[in-house]
Amino acid sequence: MTEPLLELQGLSKAFGAVKACDGVDLTLLPGEIHALIGPNGAGKSTLIAQVAGWLKPDAGAVHLLGEDVSHLSVAARANRGLGRSFQVSSLAGEFSALGNVLLALQGRDHGAFRFWSPLRKDTRLRAEAVAILERVGLAERATVQVSTLSHGERRLLEIALALALRPKVLLLDEPMAGLGPEGTRQLTEFLQPLKNEAAILLVEHDMDAVFALADRISVLVYGKVIASGPVEDIRRSAAVREAYLGDS
Amino acid sequence: MIERSRETLVNAVLAGLLLAAPLVATLLDEPFYVSLASRVAILALAGVGLNLALGYGGMVSFGHAAFFGLGGYVAGIAAFHAFEGSAFLSWPVTIGGSDQLLVVWLVAALVTALAALAIGAISLRTSGVYFIMITLAFAQMIYYLAISIPAYGGEDGLAIYLRNQLPLADSSDPLVFFFLCYGLLLLALFLSARIVAAPFGMALQCARMNEVRLATSGIAPYPIKLTAFVISAVITGIAGALFADLNGFVGPSMLSWHRSGEIMIFVILGGVGRLFGPLAGAALFILLESFIGGFTDRWQLLLGAVLLGVVLFARGGVMGLLAGRARHD
Amino acid sequence: MFFAFLIEQLLNGLQFGVMLFLMAAGLTLVFGVMGLINLAHGSLFMLGAFFCSWIAEASGSFWIGLGGGFLAAAAAGALIEFAVIRRLYDRDHLDQVLATFALILIFSEVTRWVFGDQPLYLDIPPLLSGFLPLPGGGGYPVYRLAIIVVGLLTAYGLYLLITRTRLGMRIRAGESDREMIGALGVDIRKLYTAVFALGAALAGLAGGMVGALQSVQVGMGEPVLILAFVVIVIGGIGSVKGALVASILVGLTDTLGRIFLPQAFALVLPVAEATAAGSALASVAIYLLMAAILAWRPKGLFPVNA
Repeated sequence: MTEPLLELQGLSKAFGAVKACDGVDLTLLPGEIHALIGPNGAGKSTLIAQVAGWLKPDAGAVHLLGEDVSHLSVAARANRGLGRSFQVSSLAGEFSALGNVLLALQGRDHGAFRFWSPLRKDTRLRAEAVAILERVGLAERATVQVSTLSHGERRLLEIALALALRPKVLLLDEPMAGLGPEGTRQLTEFLQPLKNEAAILLVEHDMDAVFALADRISVLVYGKVIASGPVEDIRRSAAVREAYLGDS
Repeated sequence: MIERSRETLVNAVLAGLLLAAPLVATLLDEPFYVSLASRVAILALAGVGLNLALGYGGMVSFGHAAFFGLGGYVAGIAAFHAFEGSAFLSWPVTIGGSDQLLVVWLVAALVTALAALAIGAISLRTSGVYFIMITLAFAQMIYYLAISIPAYGGEDGLAIYLRNQLPLADSSDPLVFFFLCYGLLLLALFLSARIVAAPFGMALQCARMNEVRLATSGIAPYPIKLTAFVISAVITGIAGALFADLNGFVGPSMLSWHRSGEIMIFVILGGVGRLFGPLAGAALFILLESFIGGFTDRWQLLLGAVLLGVVLFARGGVMGLLAGRARHD
Repeated sequence: MFFAFLIEQLLNGLQFGVMLFLMAAGLTLVFGVMGLINLAHGSLFMLGAFFCSWIAEASGSFWIGLGGGFLAAAAAGALIEFAVIRRLYDRDHLDQVLATFALILIFSEVTRWVFGDQPLYLDIPPLLSGFLPLPGGGGYPVYRLAIIVVGLLTAYGLYLLITRTRLGMRIRAGESDREMIGALGVDIRKLYTAVFALGAALAGLAGGMVGALQSVQVGMGEPVLILAFVVIVIGGIGSVKGALVASILVGLTDTLGRIFLPQAFALVLPVAEATAAGSALASVAIYLLMAAILAWRPKGLFPVNA
């Protein structure tokens, strides 16, 4: 059996009396897209925050590429190959798209403590940054200040930034949010082949996109994984229908 | 690119004016204006230091007077012991005073770096308003320490009878001293420009705009911010050492929270996060102080009104008015 | 004898702490409700003291003066809220710091202009000028006890105001969700002005009462302001309960430190050096306290959820 790239073991987190995350086990295998779905308030955000490193779990562990990263910082996890996008775009707003990608590349190269040569004049990094922007179709918008990009363009830039890290694992938090049907279709097409580069843990509300993309689906309700398996099984599961699909 | 070249032009004009003023004053035999120009250069230097933390890094330090004053006290204490021929420390090793500027600057840089490392390490655990307040409180702590140590003048401060010296040039000559201050200011501006454009500076600016993004890119924000805070403090500390030597005096007022506010004012009046902003701000501040202060005691009232006006209505400061909005590409 | 001395110092610390609370309560309310950091709060304290002594002098009554100081500070607070402060709610902390720093400069100069450079003095009212005997000998000034009582009553009053009244309900709603309170149909501008004026009035009250213990002069508000900031940072910014606990903690630490640290050092050092070292440490004791608390809990003792 192949070794999972990402493995969550009994992850638990409570806020007061509320168990936002209750003994979650989950694996992400090489080359797959594993979708995580669940109604609002199911604890998806809490789970993601623990995987990325913003929240320390009360119990359980996060393993990334076989290493226990539970006590590592966000930056350290990113350096070990965890790339992510955010539900609400999180970018360096005053920089250009290119500046944002350069920064991500610099992070990947562990090169933040260089004080002398201008980053923008680093031709090797610049070429790589342009190539990444081309890949997501933003090359023409490279020098535009990020705060003036459209919503869709920002979503794409988020993914470009995650890719810049050359991640082994991609954590995508509702990448389709606010995209509209055409944007969703394009992004779905873009993500499909990406799983061969990095396994993807996909949190998404758009069920069409989830069913189109996912190899496996886990359903999170009240902090617990109530079902997990191939797409067809989940689609047929009565429990899932009741807990989740039923109310949409 | 037009905007950028306009800013370069404004910068050059500002630097040129500051250089020309004392030269003209020397020709007209007005030494007061030479020392006024030195004052502008020194306070601008202090502002350049703060600008790195505040303007580029978004760390609103309300305690930079601590570093300014520490630099000043290094100059004062070194000169005091050199003058007296006594030792600063006699055990376990003997450390005497020094009247050499280069030694003073080196020690001032070391002392402020260590202080900033300690203050920054604790303060940067907090953010927002807590950061503002905790930096203020640390500066107050050093202020009260200075007051309560009678050996170095306590509340009365410490006079520097002979200005600290340089190997080849005569630092007691006002124009020579101005050139020193001016040279250090240009050096600090040049270093700031390099740092800001370098990978470190990009990471620092990202820490201001969006720390989440920085961490997600695999760069831990805390070490970046702490390093920038220390560099910022060292620049302000060197300015403090120069200020003490310019005035021939160091006292607790250099450490007071009003001083912290003033250094912030230079940065804001000039334009936050603009390379030459602190120079524009310090120059305007000193001009207001010496010319309006010359014919009315109420100049602080006017300063307050100007400052209020800038904050409420002209947010880019002087550089914003002269050179347009700040641009990042 | 030592016991009486200890009680006296504890009461001094409590009185200082309670005075700090009157300052800190306004600061922390204004931050909690409006998200504003107000450096000019010390100026309102100063205004309270000036108006109190001026009106007391003119009217011959301390009580009229105290009421006048309270009202003058409230009015000044409402005025600057209307003219300046309300433009700052949406701004970042940097703009708020600078604009309110500018207000300090303006207030100080105008006060100097109007009242002159000489300090004013305010006498303790005859009613409160005696001493209360302490167990174990000695006596304690009734006036200082009265300050403690007024401060504690104010704390209780604020507690009732916040938990039991409509205004308090709106304040709490405003703290947790600024948009919701707009949706409740509350005129948010009036609420903000009221909260700001309330904070200002408390600062003015503190200034007026302190005016009888020290000389009334320009700049008197700033040391208190900084201590009040230390208090709200320790207590957790936005928390009135935190402000009360922290102000008493700070008041006691400062007062007892100044008395007992030099004595403690004297046990191991020669007297002169012990006095110097002890008073140096005492003068920074509260800042050390704050640094320690923040290093331990970066959001203060009673953090208010963001």
